[in-house]
Amino acid sequence: MEGIDIALIDWSRAQFALTAMYHWLFVPLTLGLAVIMAIMETMYYKTGDEHWKRTAKFWMKLFGINFAVGVATGLILEFEFGTNWSNYSWFVGDIFGAPLAIEGILAFFMEATFIAVMFFGWNKVSKRFHLASTWLTGIGATISAWWILVANAWMQHPIGMRFNPDTVRNEMVDFWAVATSPVAVNKFFHSVLSGWILGAIFVVGVSCWFLLKGREQKFAMSSIKIAAVFGLVASLLVVWTGDGSGYYVAQHQPMKLAAIEGHYQGKEGAGLVAMGVLNPKKQTYNDEHEPFLFKMEIPKMLSLLAQREANAFVPGINDIIEGGYTQYDGTTALPAQEKIARGQKAIVALGNYRNAKKEGNEALAEEALSEFEANVEYFGYGYIKEVKDLVPNVTLNFYAFRIMVILGGYFILFFAVVLFLVFKKDLAKIRWFHYVAMLTIPLGYIAGQAGWIVAEVGRQPWAIQDLLPTGVAVSKLDVGSVQTTFFLFLVLFTILLIAEIRIMLREIKKGPENN
Amino acid sequence: MEITYSFLQHYWWFLVSLLGALLVFLLFVQGGNSLLFTLAKNDEERTLLVNSTGRKWEFTFTTLVTFGGAFFASFPLFYSTSFGGAYWLWMILLFTFVMQAVSYEFQSKIGNWLGKHTYQAFLVINGWVGPILLGMAVSTFFYGANFTVDRGNFMEMGMPVISQWANAWHGLDAFLQPWNIVLGLAVFFLSRILGTLYFINNINHETLLQRCRKQLVADLVPFLVFFLAYVIRTLLKDGFAVDEQTQQIMMEPYKYWHNLLQMPLVFVMFVVGVLFVIQGIMLSVFGSTYRRGIWWTGAGTVLTVLSLLLLVGYNNTAYYPSLVDMQASLTLGNSCSSEFTLRTMAYVSLLIPFVIAYIFYAWRSIDKKNIDLEEMKKTEHKY
Repeated sequence: MEGIDIALIDWSRAQFALTAMYHWLFVPLTLGLAVIMAIMETMYYKTGDEHWKRTAKFWMKLFGINFAVGVATGLILEFEFGTNWSNYSWFVGDIFGAPLAIEGILAFFMEATFIAVMFFGWNKVSKRFHLASTWLTGIGATISAWWILVANAWMQHPIGMRFNPDTVRNEMVDFWAVATSPVAVNKFFHSVLSGWILGAIFVVGVSCWFLLKGREQKFAMSSIKIAAVFGLVASLLVVWTGDGSGYYVAQHQPMKLAAIEGHYQGKEGAGLVAMGVLNPKKQTYNDEHEPFLFKMEIPKMLSLLAQREANAFVPGINDIIEGGYTQYDGTTALPAQEKIARGQKAIVALGNYRNAKKEGNEALAEEALSEFEANVEYFGYGYIKEVKDLVPNVTLNFYAFRIMVILGGYFILFFAVVLFLVFKKDLAKIRWFHYVAMLTIPLGYIAGQAGWIVAEVGRQPWAIQDLLPTGVAVSKLDVGSVQTTFFLFLVLFTILLIAEIRIMLREIKKGPENN
Repeated sequence: MEITYSFLQHYWWFLVSLLGALLVFLLFVQGGNSLLFTLAKNDEERTLLVNSTGRKWEFTFTTLVTFGGAFFASFPLFYSTSFGGAYWLWMILLFTFVMQAVSYEFQSKIGNWLGKHTYQAFLVINGWVGPILLGMAVSTFFYGANFTVDRGNFMEMGMPVISQWANAWHGLDAFLQPWNIVLGLAVFFLSRILGTLYFINNINHETLLQRCRKQLVADLVPFLVFFLAYVIRTLLKDGFAVDEQTQQIMMEPYKYWHNLLQMPLVFVMFVVGVLFVIQGIMLSVFGSTYRRGIWWTGAGTVLTVLSLLLLVGYNNTAYYPSLVDMQASLTLGNSCSSEFTLRTMAYVSLLIPFVIAYIFYAWRSIDKKNIDLEEMKKTEHKY
């Protein structure tokens, strides 16, 4: 029997991951800088002080350089849902396509229209219209983030749909459930706030370079003040959204949470691993090796974060595989093996239903449909070959999550120190801190990438949680074709990244005085 | 009026077609770029051309993205079948658009690494490849493609992919159908005409304008040859008809000609569109001071492309025919989203006039004064 080549799935995933990771190098800076430069231009509008205009224009220039690559990688990302995930496009296009279309109609055009006014309209439109355009550029980017994150949140927690056996796809039945799902709302704020943090880190870091060089002190200090306040507020809020994110993961994606924590055996009053080293010998969920070589736990914290109760039971990987524990909705979890069996029943019943319909045998169709509907909840599980395939990559999730959280904590400290040094000391003279600020810039990017690794790798083996395995979502292509486009994009994106960094560095070196 | 499922399918085909038509109009950016080294003879002139289209490229790009998003939302089976099947056709197209997206912003910046001319070459490549491949992709609506669709595959554990391409060429096989290439070339020359008319409208530079008017004639002849040949051939050929009762797909002689006759509004739109296209070109060629040809030809382009897309989607026609399994051909009815989704999206689409209004307002604000060398010397943000 012909089968889907595992290499095809891996390369398709690699290509999508490559595009998404490159895209997320540029998008968060766009989101953060958009607000910061709009605040600066608002200062110009209110005070009429040319200093603010000059400051805003400098950051706008860097925004423009960054924006172009973000747009380019975003285009590829959208079309890759079709080119590389053809089955996905059909199976959930009825739901997933809508946010993408709304994003285009409501957000992209707003961005595209007003960014042109922002860059070329300084001497052509009124000050008020220009300011509105700058804000609308940022608002457009943020609305765009809303809709794409609605789509992504739906992949993490699919709601508002039903499976239609006649069309063999999921169909939307409740738009508002999709568009305002609590998971989507939380994901939006978490992702956008992380972009704001990166924007603030970037502005502080670049401004500190000017201070280090003894150039543009007024410009640098003004920028730092705005960015640091903005960054501190965002990094405090991101703790709140991060907590919400953890809670929703616990409710809807318990396997992801277990992988993030290296939590194999569930227990009441589970502790959160603050620091730990995973045991590399542990290869499968049910081998005899201990999961950790070393770990330090905060007692009961995982239960508290996941269930809002210090002594609550948090299922581990083994519990989720074996079932039998009480889920958040009060039902008892089925063993994974049973879910797979019921999924297979659903698939067979769907086939029987379609055949019976084709032959005009209504009685048989009715019978098959009942069988299908009794098992449809586990339809996606029917494609899972072995229960061990249900466990995502624990190592990647565990470390990526800790990198994100530790850096998140560091950013709060960083912005607090920046504000202390600005208002209580003379930051302009504290050279060692200028280096710290510059070195913090890459950390902002690393935190964002780590966050998305947790979100996406933690969801595996599912393209859509519990609904569609990644391997079933793929397009039928030659592996060689996907490998070729992977390397083409790798080379192209890398060249563009290098070019972008070089141009950014030269523009920064040139400074605002020459703009 | 009752808003039925069928109405919603037709409504969304109209919107997708309108986006497609606007996209072809906005290909003036690509057409203009394809002439970068033809019209401009030095860096100064090239700067004018690049900055002229550089203030509009985002609209083309955004329309392309929205066109894709709207297709995904309203006709997901086309999205999964065409994009997942004609992989190479779409990938090459997208690849050149990525190259274009950064080229404006990067080319004049210090430290741009690849050099100004490399980025300008990217613009030229996109200027050629973009319109040709888009035209070829649209032509497959009339001439078909090599795919199969079987929802039953989803129950095949070994190979559950619904839409599959029937050969290993994955979209490059579109080159084997000469009429696809003919439409690709027609769109390419049309985009050059639109680009030239846009320059005439947008730039103050006497020498460049003179060259633009000459260039119009040079592109008009091949455009007319390819376009008329394609239209005549397509209207006279057999088309892919859908039986309204059985939904079976069959070949019907002169199907597209019949569609035109049976949809008089579309017929009128087509004729008016073509006349507008020619009107804009003629006024610009023969009126040495006339500069508004882009609006005639632009409006004509939108009407013509819209009418062609309505021709291939409406009146019980399979808009994406399969050459290997005719019954797998895509129609509005078998490839669309659910009624609930189409209805919900229809409410969202009511915001489109508002979007068009602010685009129009912002466009006018930016284009109040034409681009000239003096502005290029003074402006702080230039490419």
